[in-house]
Parts: sequence; structure tokens; C-alpha cells
Amino acid sequence: MPPDTHIPRRPLLSSNSLWRMKSYLRPYAVRLILIWLAAVVGIGASISTPLISEKVIDGPILHGDHEALLPLGLLALGVGALEAFMIFLRRWTQVTPVLGLETRIRDDLYEHLQHLPMGFHGDWQSGQLLSRATTDLSTIRRFLGFGMLFLVMNVLQLITVTVLLLNKYWPLGLLVAISAVPIVWVSLRFEKRYIKISRRVQDEQGDLATLVEESAIGIRTIKAFGRRHHVYDTYDEAALKVYGSSLDKVRLSAKFFAFLGLIPNITLALVLLLGAMAVGSGALTLGGLVAFTTLMLQLVWPIASLGHILAMAQEAMTSADRVMEVMDTVPAIEGGTEVIDAPRGHLRFEGIGFRFTGSEQPVLHDVRLEVRPGETVAIVGATGSGKTTLTALVPRLIDPTEGRITIDGHDVRDLTLPALRSVVATAFEEPTLFSMSVRENLTLGRLDATDEEVAAAVQTAQAMFVYDLPWGLDTRIGEQGLSLSGGQRQRLALARAVLSKPRILVLDDTLSALDVETEALVEEALRHVLRDATGIVVAHRASTVLLADKVALLRDGTITHVGRHHELLAEVPEYRELLAQDADFDPSEGALR
Amino acid sequence: MTTTTTNTTTSTWRGVASEEQDELSEKVSVLLRERSRRLLGDLLSPYRRQIALLTTIIVVSNLAGLAIPYLVKVGIDAGIPPMMRGSGPATLLTVVGVILAAAVTQAITRQAFLRLSGKIGQSILLELRRRVFDHFQRLSLSFHEKYTSGRVISRLTSDIEAIAELLQSGFDGLVTAVLTMFGTAALLLVLDVHLGLVALIPLPLLLLFTRWFRRQSAIVYRRTRETVALVIVHFVESMTGIRAVQAFRREPRNQEIFQQLNDDYRSANARSMQLIAVFMPGIKLIGNVTVGGVLIYGGYLAFNQEVTVGVLAAFLLYLRQFYEPMQEISQFYNTLQSAGAALEKLSGVLEEEPSVPEPREPAALPQGRARGKVRFEGVRFAYVEEMPILPHLDLTVPAGQSVALVGATGAGKTTLAKLISRFYDPTGGRVLLDGVDLRDLDEPTLRQAVVMVTQENFLFTGTVADNIRFGRPDATDREVREAAKAIGAHDFIAALPDGYDTEVGKRGGRMSAGQRQLVAFARAFLADPAVLILDEATSSLDVPSERLVQRALRTILADRTALIIAHRLSTVEIADRVLVMDRGEIVEDGPPNQLIAASGRFAGLHRAWLESLSQT
Repeated sequence: MPPDTHIPRRPLLSSNSLWRMKSYLRPYAVRLILIWLAAVVGIGASISTPLISEKVIDGPILHGDHEALLPLGLLALGVGALEAFMIFLRRWTQVTPVLGLETRIRDDLYEHLQHLPMGFHGDWQSGQLLSRATTDLSTIRRFLGFGMLFLVMNVLQLITVTVLLLNKYWPLGLLVAISAVPIVWVSLRFEKRYIKISRRVQDEQGDLATLVEESAIGIRTIKAFGRRHHVYDTYDEAALKVYGSSLDKVRLSAKFFAFLGLIPNITLALVLLLGAMAVGSGALTLGGLVAFTTLMLQLVWPIASLGHILAMAQEAMTSADRVMEVMDTVPAIEGGTEVIDAPRGHLRFEGIGFRFTGSEQPVLHDVRLEVRPGETVAIVGATGSGKTTLTALVPRLIDPTEGRITIDGHDVRDLTLPALRSVVATAFEEPTLFSMSVRENLTLGRLDATDEEVAAAVQTAQAMFVYDLPWGLDTRIGEQGLSLSGGQRQRLALARAVLSKPRILVLDDTLSALDVETEALVEEALRHVLRDATGIVVAHRASTVLLADKVALLRDGTITHVGRHHELLAEVPEYRELLAQDADFDPSEGALR
Repeated sequence: MTTTTTNTTTSTWRGVASEEQDELSEKVSVLLRERSRRLLGDLLSPYRRQIALLTTIIVVSNLAGLAIPYLVKVGIDAGIPPMMRGSGPATLLTVVGVILAAAVTQAITRQAFLRLSGKIGQSILLELRRRVFDHFQRLSLSFHEKYTSGRVISRLTSDIEAIAELLQSGFDGLVTAVLTMFGTAALLLVLDVHLGLVALIPLPLLLLFTRWFRRQSAIVYRRTRETVALVIVHFVESMTGIRAVQAFRREPRNQEIFQQLNDDYRSANARSMQLIAVFMPGIKLIGNVTVGGVLIYGGYLAFNQEVTVGVLAAFLLYLRQFYEPMQEISQFYNTLQSAGAALEKLSGVLEEEPSVPEPREPAALPQGRARGKVRFEGVRFAYVEEMPILPHLDLTVPAGQSVALVGATGAGKTTLAKLISRFYDPTGGRVLLDGVDLRDLDEPTLRQAVVMVTQENFLFTGTVADNIRFGRPDATDREVREAAKAIGAHDFIAALPDGYDTEVGKRGGRMSAGQRQLVAFARAFLADPAVLILDEATSSLDVPSERLVQRALRTILADRTALIIAHRLSTVEIADRVLVMDRGEIVEDGPPNQLIAASGRFAGLHRAWLESLSQT
């Protein structure tokens, strides 16, 4: 399921995804009926006003019936007030269902996304998911809340007014109806071209944004090489492209809006000409002519906006497709039903194989490994040998494509996900910190942890620096808060893993960013933790390997050797190559020998 | 430009942080502050003539538009009676002809206006993009470290777009609306003073109502922005950190937080929609009541023959266009607001001065080309005056020497490196390259002479070759290859799907950390600086890659001055000289062998390191 990069054009009314969202509106049935009623009454009122004017002109003014002036005038006032009230009623009532729909879908989308596995998230960038949760949902909200209503209202108003005009004096009515044709035609064509140009501008702005992003994040590199001008030139080229496309857009809409103003005015002139002649011949009253002109102007907006609303409908359908595409993705990893009551932490990899979908080359194959309760195994292998994949299999962040993993004899797929993930905790190499308080970051999944437990975990990970932060454990860290160094982040990630008191602790090269002294302290503390828990330690450095009771060498996707560190060092050349730092010290070059 | 205050939020999970108030635009006002106005004036000044032309066009266009209902009145009043008398449609035809002419004039001038104003707008936008981008690139690293890349990005994307949005949708609407309103009011009075005055009675009410709406809308708008920002941050962080979320069973808590944030956003949005739900019909009500009033009073006047039916018809037509623009103004009021706030932030950035300025009169290096002798003379450096990172440093590094810097975190190693590469200027003393103060060298000269490679080996979107060529943009393909070969990166690059033309992916995502670092080294080698600084440049590598790089380093460092910072001592062996730093001072200085033989700190560190190796 590769994320889409372009939006396919689709025929109107095949709006399956959008139609499926109707269930979100069900709780608001009464309000929806009220909204539609208010809309219809409002249209009626707005059409009546010119008709009343007609009566005023033809009755009291031209025929001296001045008794009727006040009641008619008051009627006009009343109808005007009614129209305003109906608009108020419609808009006010709309708030709850429209926002309720958007909020509910967003909640559901978020919930669904949280349950989709790593495999899904690896394929989808968070920006693409975000645009579904924000831009697309707003588009849907706007259409369901306003567009759809306006579409129906406009068509209704169009039909009513046209019928009225035809009824009043059919030649003029026909003229007005005919004048709508070019407007509709041009509007539809305009929208089509406008969307195309807008997309082009959007794409180009996206390219420009990428350059901006790189220029901001890579500022050190740019400065280090003094490449300001080089970067500026690249940026300028992209900015000029956006400029050019934006000008195309300006020209297109300038033409359209000028045209949009022209047709009604020409029609008005013709209505005046023919209308006046009709008045002259007595086919139409003077009041009728005045009503004609005002009614005709009422038609301009509904006609002109048709193109816009239809485009909006199309966009809403595309958006609905995009949202539903995510919602319809079935979580590939679902929990089982079993729970281990008193886990001991006996971990077995039984003939594990893993390949990415669509890839020929397996990342892992025939991996067999047993880790007894309380034992710690170090996984050593070159970059790309599949170490991180192997560790992600245990808490089922991904599932193997072959073989199985068992904990205390249970296939991990038979366990409920919460049960499994409370047995296993992982400290990742690249620690993820959230824009929240330190405490929230540490207790992540264990909200019930006491202050003592937090303090102990912080101690183990040598992360006492958290107490020196401006607000201690309440300090917000992460992107939106205080920024921490790589080493500090790793120690927090470690503390987080330790805090969840797992039976099985996975350390994925967790110590790489620490300086030598801190690393030694952390290792010392970890030894205590690992004495009680089953451990898997991914290691690059000999010092980390020494935390483990035995070492498994991962080569070309499978475990080739298992043994004690010094045994492997003595017997396996590949292992020596990987871990022995002084392996290539040639006495003739090495200054330190 | 930023005011910092402590902001305690009610949701404890978020924790406490110093909020950058300007991010939230605490007092978004349409009335621009001094510096925004200055920037705006500066941006507009090249277009003075076009703006004058534009004004003429828009006035003509509006006059033509306003004339049409008036002409309808003339048609009714003067055109119909002759026909009724049977004396032919001559007057009527003339009037219709004039209406058609006015309609065409309006269409043409309107198109011209939209095109010209659009063009000016886009040109200003381009200029603004260029200026801000260039300015960010000129600002010193110390600025960027404080300001953070996220904010640089939002200045150059969302803020610019807010202004673009205004230019695109708001500007034309605003000008037309204002002109239409004034024009209409004037015409109504000309048509008939009494009826005109009656029609304009609600105007003060209208203005008050609009002012109320503007104020409310500013508050609501800010609230919407704040709440949506929180939704977005939480959403994105949950998705990018999904591995940790799932591994630590964070989902229920996350869902709880998200629903809360989403609900806050809903309330803010609801307020905004309710506000419009009151405002729009309110305007409509005022308009409709006016129409009713005009109908009654106008009808009365017409009955008494004081106004003609044509005047009444014209009034009804004019009143329509009098009240509609008000609704439009309120529609894009938010656009106007965010554009104002954006301009405010951008003008703030443009007023930042680079803390590492270019010299007015650049000095030349003694032999036209750097040799690489580096000298620190009584250098002092402090972020906070009372706590100097480097209290007083004297150091001379002869050209061609490789120096390793050793010491605990915070000893001042990186600061030293940043001073040599002039990312910062010392607060006291001087840093000299070949006897010339760094502050007297212009940027191209300095950057050609001194290059720093850090742990964050940033790769730009493009091919591998592009990225290596970043070190020297005019290098030929052969030179790029030579550089890669010298570094030992050629083999892996040649093995990539498209060799040197392989796209590296976003930020080099398709390559391993080690491969990225090798490309970064090739880049530095191609730049061929006299002084090369390596700040923890190898620490992210695994052992085999590090070994590869170290082998390459011997080639790279052969005949240039080098400063190497590393916390693993394996890198130190290739240095000619070791400096041990502690709290900003050099505590040991000498060739590695000599220091090892002595009984100082380095000897201790080295022993510990050897022990860790002997465990293997």
C-alpha cells in the first residue's frame, strides 16, 4: 500500500467513501432536519422581498393605493427579519453536527493509526497522515457542512427564481435562463483549470519548502563550507518557479472574475431594454420590471458558485477516499487472547525468517536462539545485518514472516498485546522523546509508577541531570520544550525501559552516544538490572558486550555463532573484525603501540 | 524580539516550558507595528508608479460598476415614458448602449486590476522570500541555535503563505469593498438626499457591530491557532514515535490526551463558527431592515411624486451591493490578521543583526592562499559573562600540524572548534589565521581556508555526486571521483544502483550513517581547506566503518592543519600533538607518546582505554 503521491481524477457521484461517513451524522438527525428547514424558509424569504417591492410599486405608488403601503412595507421588514433569523438558525444549529463529525472522525482516525503496526508507519510519512487528519477532514467538514447545503439551496433557488421569472413574463425569463448557460459553462471550465494550476503551485511550494527545510536543518554544513550563495541560487530558482505559476493563476482568475461580472450586467441591460418595451406595450408592469432586475441579480451568485461548489464536492470525495484508505487498512498485528500470569522470561526464537513485503532478499532467515530466564545475550553484527529487526520482533512491533517466537512456551502471537508488551521493554538506539514533561516521558506506559520507582530508574540510567532541569521532572522536553543532548536522551530512554520493570529487557545499542565515563557508570548499574531480567543487548563496542552472559553473532541475516565473548574472539575472525578496535594496528604505523 | 515568560498550563502531562510568546502572536492587531510598516513601505516602494496606475484603474472600474444601477434608473425614468407616448425607443437604446459600455469598461478594468495587483503582489512575495531566506543564511550559527530550525522553516513557509493568502484573496476584496461602500453611499445621497439619509441611518450601527466582531474574532482566532497547534504536535509526535508508543503500551493514555486536545480544538472552532453565525445574519438583518425602511419611506415619497420609480429601483439595487461587501470583509478578516502577524514576525527576523558580521574592509591572507597557521591570543569566550567557557586561552598551532583535543564533556573542546571556524567570535582576545584576525577575513576566503566536519553529516536532496560537489561546486566529475577514492568511499558509491548519480533520498535516508559520513568526508576533502576541524566526526560509526575512515584520515590530514575532537581515543593516535582540556584550559600539551609516558591525565585515560581493549 504505497502512499499516493497524486490524486486520481474520479467521476462524480461514485462517492463511496464520503457516503460511508454519513453514519457520523446520525446522532444529529433532528438538527439536520432543522437546518434544512431553515435553509428552505430562508430562500423563500429572500425571494419574497423583490416580489413585495413589485407590489409596492404597482399598488400604492402607481395606483395611489396608499393604504396598502404601510402593511406591505412592514411585511417586507418582517420577511427581511425572518430571512436573517433563518440564516442565524441554520448557521448556529450547524455548529454541533459539523464539528462533531470532524472531531469524531479525527478521534477514530487517531485511534486506528495507533493500532496500525510499524510496517504501516514505515511506509507512510507522518506528514501524509497529518494532512489526512487536518486538511482532508476540514475539506470534508466544509463540504458536508456548507457545500452540500449550498449546492442544494443554490439549485433550489435557481429553479424557483427561473420559474418565477418565466411565469412573470416568459420572454424575459427565458433571456435570464439563457444567460446562465455561459456562466455555468465557464465556471466549470475555470474550476477545472484552476484546480490544475493550484496543484502545480502547491507542488512547487512543496519543493520550495523542502529546500527551506534543508537550508535550516543543514545550516551548519552550509556555513562550514561557506555555501550561502550556492544554496541561495537553488532556492531562488525554485522561488521563481512558484512566482511564474502563481502569475498564471492570477491571470486565469482575473479573466474569470472579469467575465463573471460582465454577463449579469449585459443581461441587465437586455432585461431593461426588452422589459421597458414590454412595459410600453403593457405586457409587464413597472413594478414587475423592477422586481425582474433585482431577482435577476439574486441569481448571479448561485450560478457562479456552482462551479466552485462542484469542485469542492470533488475535493471532498478525494479527501474522503484518502481518509478511508487509512481507515480501511486492517491492522496486520492483532493480539491473541492469552496472558502469562507469572512470566519468567524464557525467550526462544524458533526458525525466524523475515522479509519486507515485495523484497526478494530476506533480512533474517533461520534464526534460532534461546535465552533462559535471567540470562543476557549480546547480539553482534555489522550494520545492516538485521539486529534491529530481530529486536523489534519480540514485542511484535513487526511479525516474522517465518517461524515463531515464544515466551515461557507461549507463542507471542497468542498473547494479548498489552500482556506481551508489559513483559518486554525496549530502549531504542534513537530514543523518541515526546513534547511532554520528563515524568510523562519516563512513565510512558506505566502511569502508576511511584516517585521512588522513577528515582530508582533515573539512578540506574545515570540520568540524574533531570533533577537539575529548570522545573525538575515537570520540565517539558522534546521538540516543543527543552532540547537535550544525544547522551541525555539515550539515558532517558534507558530509564524509561528500566522503569517498566520488564521480565525481558531489550537494549538496542542504547549506549552509543554516551561518553566513556558515563557509559561505565551506566553499565555498572545495568548489571544489577540485568541480573534479575532476561536481556537482549545489541552492541557495537566490546564494553557493552561484556554486560552479556553470551554473545550471538548475526551475519547475513542469521545467527552463525553463539558463545562467550572471549571464545568468539579467539575462534571467529569475523567477530574479531567487528569488535576488536585495535585489529588493524600495524606496529609500523600505529603511534600508540 | 521575543518576550519570554513562564507559562503554566493546566494539563500537567505537557510539563512546563518557557513559551515563545511571539509564536502565538499574543496581540494580533491589524494595526501594524512600526517595523512591520517600515518593511511594508520598503517592499512597496519600487512599485509606486504601478500602484498609482492601479488606483486609477480601480477607481474607473468601480465608477463603471456603480454607474450601472444609476443607468437602470435613468432607463426607467427617462426611457419608458417616451415609449409609452409612442415616440420610440431612442432614449432607451442610448441608455442601454451606455450600460453595455459601462459593463465592458468594468470588465476590462477589473481584469487589468486583478492582473496588475496580482503581479505586484507576487513580486513582493518573491522579494520577501528572497530577503528572508538570504537573511537567515547570513545570520550566525548562534542565532540559529537559539531560534531552532523549526521556526526558521515556519517563517519561510507558513508565514509567507499567510501573506500570499492575503494578497490572493483578501486584497482585491478589501479594496473593492471599501470603494464600493463609499461610492454607493455618495451615490445614494446624490440620487435623493432624504431617502439616502434614511438608507444610511443604520451605518453607525453597522460599524459598531463590525468592530465588535473584529475584536471577538481576534480572540477566537488566536484560540483556534493555539489549539490546532497542540493537536498537530501531539498527532505528529505520536506517529513519528509510534515504535515507542506501541512498545510501551502508551495507546490508551495517548488517546485520552488526543481526545482532550481535539475537543479543545472543537470548542475553539465552535466559538468561531458561532461568532460568524451571529455576525452574518446580523449584517443581513441590518440590510433587510434598511430595504424595508427604504421601501416604506421611498414608497411614501414616490406616492407624493417626490422621487421617481427609477430612483426607488436604483436604491433597491444599490442597497444590495452596499451590505454585501461587509460580509466579505468579515470573511477575510482572519486572513488579514494572520498576514499581519506573519509580517510582524518576518520583520523581526529581518532586523536581527548577524553576530558574526562580515568585515567592512576584508584583509587578504599573506600569500594569497591560506597556509594554516592558527593562533589564539588571550581568547576569552562566554555565553553568560560570569561563566566563561574559555577564560583565557593562548595557543599556537603551526601549519600542517594535527592536533587532538581530549577532555570531558563541557571542557570547551567544541567551543574552541567553533571559534576557529568563526561560527562564533571570541568575547575577548583574537583568533588568527596566518597572522590575520579571522574577523578581518571575508566569508569566501575564510570558508575556503577552514572547514569543519561534525557528527551530523547533513546530506542534501540530490545525487551522491551533488553532495560531494557541495565542497567545491565547480569541481569536475573526475575531481569528485578522485575525492571519493582518496577517502575510500569510491567502492561503496560505485556499488550503489546508479553509482555517483544515485539519489541519496531525503536527508540521505537511503544510506547508512557510516556511508553518509564517508560522503561528508569526501566533501571536505574536495573542498581542500588549509585547516580541517573534525568534531566527533567518527563517533556515530561502527568499528569497521570507523577503521575505514581512519585509514582515509591519514590521507586527508597529510599536509594540512587539523583539529580533531573525539571521545574515543582510537582517533588520537593519528595526531601529532594532544591537548587535554579541562574547564576551558589546556592542562596538558604534547606529542601523544610523551604524554603517555608521563603520569598526567592523558596517561590515565590512555591506560583505561588500553584496559578496555584488553578485555577484548
